[in-house]
Amino acid sequence: MAYDKFNILTSSAVPLPIENVDTDQIIPARFLKATERVGFGDNLFRDWRYHPDGSKKADFVLNNPTYSGKILVGGKNFGSGSSREHAAWAVYDYGFRAVVSSFFADIFKGNCLNIGVLPVQVSPEFSNKIFAAIEADPKTAVEINLPEQTIKILQTGETETFNLSGYKKENMINGFDDIDYLQNIKEEIVEFADKLPY
Amino acid sequence: MSTTLFDKVWDSHVVRKIDDGPDVFFIDRHFIHEVTSPVAFLGLKERGITVLYPERTFATADHNTPTINQHLPVADPLSANQLKALEDSAAEYGISHWGLGHQKNGIVHVVGPENGITLPGATIVCGDSHTSTHGAFGAIAFGIGTSEVEMVLATQCIMQPKPKKMRINVNGTLSKGVGPKDVALYIISKLTTSGGTGYFAEYAGNVFEDMSMEGRMTVCNLSIEMGARGGMIAPDQKTFDFLEGRLYAPKGEAWTKAVEYWKTLKTDADAIFDKELNIKAEDIEPMITYGTNPGMGIGISKNIPKANQVEGGEETYKKSLAYMGFEENDVMIGKPIDFVFLGSCTNGRIEDFRAFTEIVKGRKKADNVTAWLVPGSHVVEAQIKEEGLLDTLTAAGFVLRQPGCSACLAMNDDKVPAGKYAVSTSNRNFEGRQGPGSRTLLASPIMAAAAAITGKLTDPRELF
Repeated sequence: MAYDKFNILTSSAVPLPIENVDTDQIIPARFLKATERVGFGDNLFRDWRYHPDGSKKADFVLNNPTYSGKILVGGKNFGSGSSREHAAWAVYDYGFRAVVSSFFADIFKGNCLNIGVLPVQVSPEFSNKIFAAIEADPKTAVEINLPEQTIKILQTGETETFNLSGYKKENMINGFDDIDYLQNIKEEIVEFADKLPY
Repeated sequence: MSTTLFDKVWDSHVVRKIDDGPDVFFIDRHFIHEVTSPVAFLGLKERGITVLYPERTFATADHNTPTINQHLPVADPLSANQLKALEDSAAEYGISHWGLGHQKNGIVHVVGPENGITLPGATIVCGDSHTSTHGAFGAIAFGIGTSEVEMVLATQCIMQPKPKKMRINVNGTLSKGVGPKDVALYIISKLTTSGGTGYFAEYAGNVFEDMSMEGRMTVCNLSIEMGARGGMIAPDQKTFDFLEGRLYAPKGEAWTKAVEYWKTLKTDADAIFDKELNIKAEDIEPMITYGTNPGMGIGISKNIPKANQVEGGEETYKKSLAYMGFEENDVMIGKPIDFVFLGSCTNGRIEDFRAFTEIVKGRKKADNVTAWLVPGSHVVEAQIKEEGLLDTLTAAGFVLRQPGCSACLAMNDDKVPAGKYAVSTSNRNFEGRQGPGSRTLLASPIMAAAAAITGKLTDPRELF
């Protein structure tokens, strides 16, 4: 599925300074029963966000009107556990276009890249700076510049670069996905497969 | 140049290397189930493309299936719809489908090896992170997202950067009562849930050489819980003996040729890993988790660590203990429990049921415990009956359910209620994993059996 193009994103950010946020928290398994990719944002962080009776948990950050924006800033080891792409869909569907963390779990990171959510891995120090800046001013704007591969806290000017392969970067900027690429080299794939033992 | 087992299998499946990008990686075998595949099939439709190699994909229903009365229509309309979607897509594209009620049905990571679909040297993926299980056969196997499921259906390839390599050596003699699950939980407790991220693991040393295929599957299954994409073990005679004669395993001359090739699949003596971990088997005792991720595990005789003794943030640690209703420095032995779950792709194989039965034999299930015993497949279920294990379990007050993922992720009705404690042989103790508010303690089948009999956490070594 082709996705939104990503170039420069400037937005306030939502802080979630908890470590090891697993994909079962991002979207619990009981909400994985859909056969279409719609409505997952409603259940993003479902059990942290709502009481069992459906009322909101006032102290959870997504229920706090002070914080908003298209950037989610998570703690270390964000997205561990289950490979469910539904977690990335929920993040996207809720309205986030980038997730920032000092460390991402592999599968979640790959899933984000495949659907057009940019995972921005920063140093632990820079992660702390973002959390501090948001704490000082919840409307602090963060700029993520994909072509330059930089992330900047606009109020302080503090900037860090982040890694992304050239291939994935081009894909994100142009809204291409891997299937577009693979479809174009199908003959080469078939030729390769013919030579395999099984 | 000296190479590792992982290099040999990986490099032989790279169709093309992209400069400053991932490898185009060919997939030999692809498993699908009802939860992570529907949107992939929708994607094919939207693009107007089809499945390139339907014979390389295998479908089974497991995540969302009931574990009682499987002959009746599935009551939950959403679950029924997902199962139907898988069945319809499989039929439309000519993909093998072992749906609910099929004699070969079961958990994807149990039925794959059972039917010889899993082979040494193969590359295997599935939209499920515990696909790492198949690494027990010397395959490169790992979990993927739904976008990648669509890629594999469409082109039999995914785009993957080659992970770094890690070797975990466990040598020595395991103590009595210490099994594959304990070895894995011990490794994860040392590495934490992110210590393996970015790596693909090879398990080496006499402990794994001496382990059964079922045990190796348990260990490889849990690779993802330390963050590693997968883990593998070099194939040996035990691997070949397990596979010979199975449905999809090569036959006749093809078998002989395959074994010849499989014997070459090992790490060269002087090959170099990016990271290496050495563990003494004697240091491992029966393990139990006390927190909300699989890295929060300790020996059953130990006390819960204090916040200042663990890596990571104190706030996250305290939140985790508060969820579990535990305090720092608590003793684990004697804690009351409510539920016991034996099953899952981690511990739902025949050997796990044998181990559990051995402990409960001649004893009675505690009245305060609800026990769910869920075989990994119909084949395992039949074997439990054939070997007479069912009679022993029944005499001890246990009931055997029907195969599926069940309470491991509680997508069906097998949910642990809020606030209740479950000793579970599954793979994840995340908040709410076994039902909203549930509290999970991960352990081996014999630890689960000891808890089921006594109604509280008990050192299983006391029951031998």
